[in-house]
Amino acid sequence: MKIILKIIFIFIPLIIQSQTTIKGMAMIKNSEGKTEGLPGATIYWLDTEVGTTTNDQGWFTINYKPEYKKLIFSYIGYKTDTITINEPREVHHFMQEEGKLEEVLIKSKKQKTAVSYLQSANIVNINEGELLKAACCNLSESFETNPSIDVNFSDALTGTKQIKLLGLTSPYILISQENIPSVRGASQAYGLTFTPGTWIESIQITKGSGSVVNGYESIAGQINTELKKPLNDDKFFLNAYGSLDGRLELNTHFSQKVSNKWNTSLFVHGNLRDAEIDKNDDNFLDIPLAKQINIMNRWQYTDTKNGFVSFVNFRYLKDDKQTGEVDFDPNMHRLTTLKYGSEINTERFDVSTKLGYVFPETPYQSVGFQIAYSGHDQDSYFGLNQYNINHKSLYSNAIFNSILGSTLHKFKTGLSFTHDAYDEFVNTANFGRIENSVGGFFEYSYDNLEDFSLIAGLRLDFHNLLGTFLTPRLHIRYAPWEKGVLRASIGRGKRSANIFAENQQLFGSSRVISILNTNGKVYGLQPEIAWNYGFSFLQGFNLFDKKADFTIDFYSTVFQDQVIVDVDESPQQVLFYNLEGNSHANNLQAQLNYELAKNLDLRLAYKYYDVKTDYKKGTLRKPLQSKHRFFANIGYETTPNFKGGHWRFDYTFNWLGEQRLPFTGTNPTQYQLADYVSSYSLMNAQIAKVFSKNFEVYIGGENFTNFKQENPILSSEDPFGANFDSTIVYAPILGSMYYAGLRFTVN
Amino acid sequence: MDKRIITLLIIMLTFSLTVEAQKQSKTSKVTFEVDGVCVMCKERIEKAAALTKGVKFATWNIDTKELYCIYNNKKTSLNKIKQAMANAGHDTKEIKASDEAYNSIDDCCKYRTLKKH
Repeated sequence: MKIILKIIFIFIPLIIQSQTTIKGMAMIKNSEGKTEGLPGATIYWLDTEVGTTTNDQGWFTINYKPEYKKLIFSYIGYKTDTITINEPREVHHFMQEEGKLEEVLIKSKKQKTAVSYLQSANIVNINEGELLKAACCNLSESFETNPSIDVNFSDALTGTKQIKLLGLTSPYILISQENIPSVRGASQAYGLTFTPGTWIESIQITKGSGSVVNGYESIAGQINTELKKPLNDDKFFLNAYGSLDGRLELNTHFSQKVSNKWNTSLFVHGNLRDAEIDKNDDNFLDIPLAKQINIMNRWQYTDTKNGFVSFVNFRYLKDDKQTGEVDFDPNMHRLTTLKYGSEINTERFDVSTKLGYVFPETPYQSVGFQIAYSGHDQDSYFGLNQYNINHKSLYSNAIFNSILGSTLHKFKTGLSFTHDAYDEFVNTANFGRIENSVGGFFEYSYDNLEDFSLIAGLRLDFHNLLGTFLTPRLHIRYAPWEKGVLRASIGRGKRSANIFAENQQLFGSSRVISILNTNGKVYGLQPEIAWNYGFSFLQGFNLFDKKADFTIDFYSTVFQDQVIVDVDESPQQVLFYNLEGNSHANNLQAQLNYELAKNLDLRLAYKYYDVKTDYKKGTLRKPLQSKHRFFANIGYETTPNFKGGHWRFDYTFNWLGEQRLPFTGTNPTQYQLADYVSSYSLMNAQIAKVFSKNFEVYIGGENFTNFKQENPILSSEDPFGANFDSTIVYAPILGSMYYAGLRFTVN
Repeated sequence: MDKRIITLLIIMLTFSLTVEAQKQSKTSKVTFEVDGVCVMCKERIEKAAALTKGVKFATWNIDTKELYCIYNNKKTSLNKIKQAMANAGHDTKEIKASDEAYNSIDDCCKYRTLKKH
């Protein structure tokens, strides 16, 4: 009996079996509107001698190699078309008569950012094409062309960009790398800057509570990053980037086939910023001096015949930042009041492995095992405030995948174990602790293969500090009519807030930190518990014969327990305490994607945020959060020439509505800020010239209208005085910024 | 805490084993040829099989035109599965699709008029 393997991986992404030929059909619509094959059409790979013609039914077979990416269809009297082939698959292509203005239907064209019509959860997939639009440089900067994620400015000292989803900051988002939680605990503040953008293959953003398989911590959603896989990565890749504000980045990747089953990749990243910039003359660096070295080695084992696949990763990172006053010299001024300065030095080591096995006789059954260890060490000081954290973390998850009666009813079940050991010092106070948890989960999914699917999950966890608790999650999809999808989700999340690691920008102020509760187990505080629910409606349609889709999302997060970071009680204080009363984050987003013309895509989004919390003072809008935001992105690509050369243009517009500022009313008049700052807008643009599939260069500008916050640091002339505060930042500190870069690939 | 973990483990293990034991006796695995051409056919064939009561799993290979099917022999039979293929417009050796069913499939999938290649 011949067995056909269909590999259904639980968590390991698609492995492409290498195929030597691909098949396809050139088709036309005849005068009656019926589809028929086009015989005698010429099909060839761009830039190669490899070609064929279609048979009398319009079929063709052509040799395939992974380095062939552009397939050309041509026939006299018809438009010549180029189709991008990213993986071997059958290609059905409609040819258009020349002179006709109808849009060419390209079945294998992949959208750069796509919301799925089929998945139960509301997941936006961002692939490499979209990531290229954000030329620089790491994961925290990869969302600038995506309206679901808001990129904020964290503070005037560290220059690290914070992200928000549904109006909630990154601690409420489960950030995972290949489904292993990655940015958590000690790495919360800077973790997103530790994944270089060129390492990323794709990003999946799930709105609403995530899957129970990945733990109980996600509240607003999940951001998962898939890294490039050694099996199908290019042999060599080089990316260099330089900006006028003195930032240099260099990325090199090497991939090698070691044996039939083993492939390996080495990723080396370095960045450096050594230019001292103080454009606003407040005697403080506008952006820190920084250097990072980041090395990863991946190994991939693939044995499709026997159903095994495995990954092993090693990663080492060293990241040093220095900021503060321009003439601050760490050797002379460190921890003195002579000059205000700060250093943040991080060293991190990661090792992780995954193993997946698909039962060859019953391909709907599989088992997966993940284990990851990380050691994260941050030594830092901000003026006279010292903050040191060492976090050792072990994560493991075992998953069994199977069906109940038929493939319409699937389930995943398994066990997970996490261990987190923290050594944490705020000045001399020791907040060290150990967190252990063991949990079991069961996730059922149903799909009637037509218009309805659901995922229902439940997990039970035993945690030494958070106690024993259940985490239920539910996602439902219903398609009432063609291209229309309704989704709903509800779920619970629970987490212990790492108050210092998550809010370490507050060390860059003269605020006195107080924790008001004492009865809880983590910093005296109770864990955070929230319910998230949401609805989403997606409708695809054609407008003037061009593809369009419209999405409207509503999500609400209601906190049962929350650790409040209160900067409104007094400008000289920051208070941490457990919520008494109500706290919620509501978010409405309306988005339109429209293909204005061939290769010209428009994306528009409006976002409404209602984020309110009961503080000691009363109910207040969350500070530094706009109620209304507007987003627009236009992308254009020219048609590739015979070498694959083309131009790419991209423009992004962001409008941020009025933001509430933290209370400064009791400060001396010169250090008082308005209650609200008015709206403003920002623009980014990029132009890329692709010479061939192996080489491209790009230039771009960020914030080219040069909008900036006038005085990002309160009392910058007296940094050791009572009114110093570098945390109230609502707009860019650096004005316009221009950059250039190149990418070079050897397949 | 330890007791609860062990209990949980035992529950899960028992569950998996029960599912496993039930499967063995009633499960049949079969491979047979189904006519078709392309990815669209593959989707249609697999969907028709999956929606047949008693079919646990089905995958169709474009190159060999073979359908690999795992089913519960108490709930369905090979004939019923082949009938489901015919109803969806795809021929098997034993049961041919009616003209009506055949005509309902997309033009590029019309395996009877297209030469095999």
